Amino acid sequence: MKAVLTERLNKSPAGPAAGAAAMWGSGMSQSREKRWCGRSVLCNLILKLSTWKAGARKPGGVPNGGSGTIRAGWRSVRRQRGRSGKLFSISPFNFKHLAAPRGISRRAVQGRVGPVFLKYLPALMVMLVSACGGNPWNSPYPAADAEKNILYSAFAERPKHLDPVQSYSSNEILFTAQIYEPPLQYHYLKRPYELIPSAAAKMPVVQYFDQNGEQLKDDVDPAQIAYTVYEISIKPGIRYQPHPAFARNEGGEFFYHALEAKDLAGVHKLSDFPHSGSRELTAQDYVFQVKRLAHPKLHSPIFSLMSDYIVGLKEYSATLQAAAGQSGLSDKDAYLDLNSFPLEGAQVVDTHTYRIKIKGKYPQFMYWLAMPFFAPIPWEAERFYTQPGLAEKNITLDWYPVGTGPYMLTENDPNRVMILERNPNFHGETYPTEGMPDDEEAGLLKDAGKPLPFVEKVVFSRDKESIPRWNKFLQGYYDASGIGSDSFDQAVQLTGQGEATVTEAMKQQGIRLETAVAASTNYMGFNMLDPVVGGVGKQGRVAARKLRQAISIAVDYEEYVSIFANGRGIPAQGPIPPGIAGHREGKEGINPVVYDWVNGRARRKPIEAAKTLMAEAGYPNGMDARTGAPLVLYFDVTARGAEDKSSLDWMRKQFQKLNIQLVVRSTDYNRFQDKIRKGNAQIFEWGWNADYPDAENFLFLLHGPQQKTGSEGENAANYSNSEYDRLFEQMKNMENGPERQHIIDRMVNILRRDAPWLWGYHPKDYGLYHAWYSNVEPNRLSHNNMKYYRIDGSLRAQKRREWNEPVLGPITLVVVVLLASLIPAVVVYRRRERSAGISNSGIQPLLPSPAHRE
Amino acid sequence: MLNYIIRRLFYAIPILIGVNLITFTLFFVVNTPDDMARMQLGIKRVTPEAIGRWKQERGYDKPLMFNNAEQGWAKLTRTVFFEKSIAMFAFRFGRADDGRDIAHEIKKRMMPSLSIALPVFVLGLGVYIVFALTMVFFRATYVDFWGVVLCVALMSISSLFYIIGGQFLISKLWHLVPISGYGYGVDATKFLILPVIIGVVSGAGGNTRWYRTIFLEEMSKDYVRTARAKGLSENVVLFGHVLRNALIPILTGTVVVIPLLFLGSLIAESFFGIPGLGSYTIDAINSQDFAVVRAMVFLGSLLYIVGLILTDISYTLVDPRIRLE
Repeated sequence: MKAVLTERLNKSPAGPAAGAAAMWGSGMSQSREKRWCGRSVLCNLILKLSTWKAGARKPGGVPNGGSGTIRAGWRSVRRQRGRSGKLFSISPFNFKHLAAPRGISRRAVQGRVGPVFLKYLPALMVMLVSACGGNPWNSPYPAADAEKNILYSAFAERPKHLDPVQSYSSNEILFTAQIYEPPLQYHYLKRPYELIPSAAAKMPVVQYFDQNGEQLKDDVDPAQIAYTVYEISIKPGIRYQPHPAFARNEGGEFFYHALEAKDLAGVHKLSDFPHSGSRELTAQDYVFQVKRLAHPKLHSPIFSLMSDYIVGLKEYSATLQAAAGQSGLSDKDAYLDLNSFPLEGAQVVDTHTYRIKIKGKYPQFMYWLAMPFFAPIPWEAERFYTQPGLAEKNITLDWYPVGTGPYMLTENDPNRVMILERNPNFHGETYPTEGMPDDEEAGLLKDAGKPLPFVEKVVFSRDKESIPRWNKFLQGYYDASGIGSDSFDQAVQLTGQGEATVTEAMKQQGIRLETAVAASTNYMGFNMLDPVVGGVGKQGRVAARKLRQAISIAVDYEEYVSIFANGRGIPAQGPIPPGIAGHREGKEGINPVVYDWVNGRARRKPIEAAKTLMAEAGYPNGMDARTGAPLVLYFDVTARGAEDKSSLDWMRKQFQKLNIQLVVRSTDYNRFQDKIRKGNAQIFEWGWNADYPDAENFLFLLHGPQQKTGSEGENAANYSNSEYDRLFEQMKNMENGPERQHIIDRMVNILRRDAPWLWGYHPKDYGLYHAWYSNVEPNRLSHNNMKYYRIDGSLRAQKRREWNEPVLGPITLVVVVLLASLIPAVVVYRRRERSAGISNSGIQPLLPSPAHRE
Repeated sequence: MLNYIIRRLFYAIPILIGVNLITFTLFFVVNTPDDMARMQLGIKRVTPEAIGRWKQERGYDKPLMFNNAEQGWAKLTRTVFFEKSIAMFAFRFGRADDGRDIAHEIKKRMMPSLSIALPVFVLGLGVYIVFALTMVFFRATYVDFWGVVLCVALMSISSLFYIIGGQFLISKLWHLVPISGYGYGVDATKFLILPVIIGVVSGAGGNTRWYRTIFLEEMSKDYVRTARAKGLSENVVLFGHVLRNALIPILTGTVVVIPLLFLGSLIAESFFGIPGLGSYTIDAINSQDFAVVRAMVFLGSLLYIVGLILTDISYTLVDPRIRLE
């Protein structure tokens, strides 16, 4: 039987192995190709092994092939020895005993096993590590995908939530933004950021009403506005991705809306449901999602904020809570039919139109409409996923999204890989036809007007550690990469003009660098409730303000960015980052407390200015004028590793310039948060990433009523200034324009003077992209960018082959050296063996043979 | 023997309760239920109401160990500790804080962990014993001397260095296998070669020296002298007598880890992108997911106890003088 099998294998064509041969170069001779061909090697080997085995089993028979499996040899030998009463022990050095069966000489086996094995060892390695087909050995992807239009990316942290009502982290929105379509989106190329319709047919119609329901004019005083209504029309004909929740039988009934335990027997993932369906997107689905914000079991992070604005949302939550309690819905996943509970603030007008009614005027609400929180959810999906038994298999809406966007999640194994594939039902969106003036030159408009998306599939592999991620990027297995501080010098260099560019090595690989200032700010805050840095009493507050101003001058963020962020950041002049409406550039934009405008650029004030302020604050030369004691301040940080020690030392030195002793109080993140909440911190570091591109999203971080201590708001410095708070209330409801800018300027100036934060810096994102990756315009606020990207799969496959040719020399050398070092040992062994008197007699084997046990 | 095993299993119950209590105490000394809620609900815009709801839904709104508001036994039973622990003894691990079923995750991640740990264990055991016996066979020669030097060198290097160095040499410079990743079925082979090699090499120094010491000790026994006096060749003495008699200490160190192979390796799985239970535990610790940490510690202790029982049983198999009563 075995012989027949081997013969068949031997005759089979060597086709699939051709790829392995191809890797050895086109100049390879035919015979060599044959020799390296995986399948023929395998066949020969099997033939030789099996023939020897057959021979070894036959007492007295001489093996035809000459070589044999060690196991077979042992077994048969033991059996024979057992019968004859002569047993031997097992030893890796004991090949002469293995080869002792009658008819097989030791020399014959030694002479055949060794060379045959060595001869085919490299071929075996080829077979093991290479999937035939020209794929490099170290490729983590299947050979069949080598030239396909697939984008390869990595993710470090597994997403917790993919339900758009819950998801709020950047690593989650990376997926949800490609799958779900909120009504609006940001223009991919235009700056400053501009909202445009996504699933909406046009921009929402905004109407204002007074307390009596009378419509008001657009330019009316915001104080008169009682309600704002956003009427949103969606494009007709948009369809959901194929999904089992929509599947119906011939009678029109849902296939999977009444599942029983037996139906779920063979189901382990969503794709195990054989039927799927789709339906048109309706306005009802958007309203359904607004209602879900108040779902008692879903914990939407924006529920609290939205319940202050969307009419009736807070009460709606209470209604749902009561309904869930009444119906005994203790199970987290029990179905609560939101369609049967109306919500005043979100109503359907017709199939493709709905209205959201909010309290007062809140122009920033438009930005929220561009986030997945306001994406549509079909009721069928909610109904489907809340059936008993599915959650135990991790089949939930939080795990398997259902959307209308350009991509759908086809594989969700967040421990290993997540795959987005083109949604076959995606409606026809096209690449933008206009952008910024230099976009044409940068090649960003080459695809103008072409249908999206360009990439068929996006494969996100989980790589938790930065070193493997970086190396796989260099090998061409990831199409883009960020830059860790370890690899910064390898990747980026500064030109004579101080401009960042890729190093020569990167340039040779065709890698390019894209930079963008993030819509975020990293700051150092003073706790204004602290008597030393916040001040007590009128005079004390003035003194504390001067102290904060002095520290603002002393802590040199230009130096910090240069040393600790590799230059990837812009020292901040205030809370609002560049690119956000309200930010000012140039002379008008500098912080006069810390900088002077000299020769067309901001220059940090000399340390003497800070020392003068210290003296005015009552701390001449860092000593308390009243007590004569040195000034000691406390810097609360989250527990840091050794790598952060240098930055903390640096910070101490900055304070030392003013003779202030800075004591670092390090704690874990939980305790740190606790301190901030209770107002026990003195100086701390924190940051904020913009939700939307509006000054309000940064200025509210210092709004008095938003204090962290007492109100659990986002004002971690507990800063409060009545003038500022008044201006904030005025500014937040205004449309962008000169008048609003004027108020923002006033607010920022108040902040600069009061210095509740050291403004820190706005980080700059650096991204590296391979030559085959195009249409990349860093966009820090919109996340649905995958649809614009383009990949040249054949160039990538060619480069991967070039960069990843296997290097066999060193490993061969290692093997040879190891083998050579054994030679003297073998000589010694043989000498000793020869000197031994007797062998193999009367000795118990290591394990009793079957015969022995009998 | 059955009585012995049953008795041992009963002994396991107080041990598991103790382990559970210690885990619980340590975890909640560092994290309060409020911290857990904040971690899960996100950093931005978390309100006290949302935290309260989250705790209530997951049963963290009760006192941790002692409930003063209740009467009688309920003072102890209506607590977070009791309610969370009792389910675990019925192997109901519940849901992770992100809502996913822990038992489902454990089942799914067991095989990837095992696919590295088992080859490393089997290959490692073979290689270390062979290496150790070789050194003993050639004791007091250059093979022994340089073998020991090599072992000491291997022991002195951090396991992280092996991982990073291995990835650098074999994957980055020589392009032989992928740096990291994982596939199922046959696809897994190319991803497993490097971690398995590194796993075997990184443990080679310490283990080989340990086995060498055991074998050398056996070599000084009387029966070895007798065997040699009979004129047996050295390899027969080593592999026929010494190895068999040294099995007890070898089994003590090896059988106990067999059940723990399922739990995987914390560092290697992270570096090689293996979706096993080791990286699951690390993720849970990082995200302060007590439900997962507790389940994994419980499982770890249980498997360790099973390992110890298996070790005892294995003694009876290799040494007829030992009886479990």
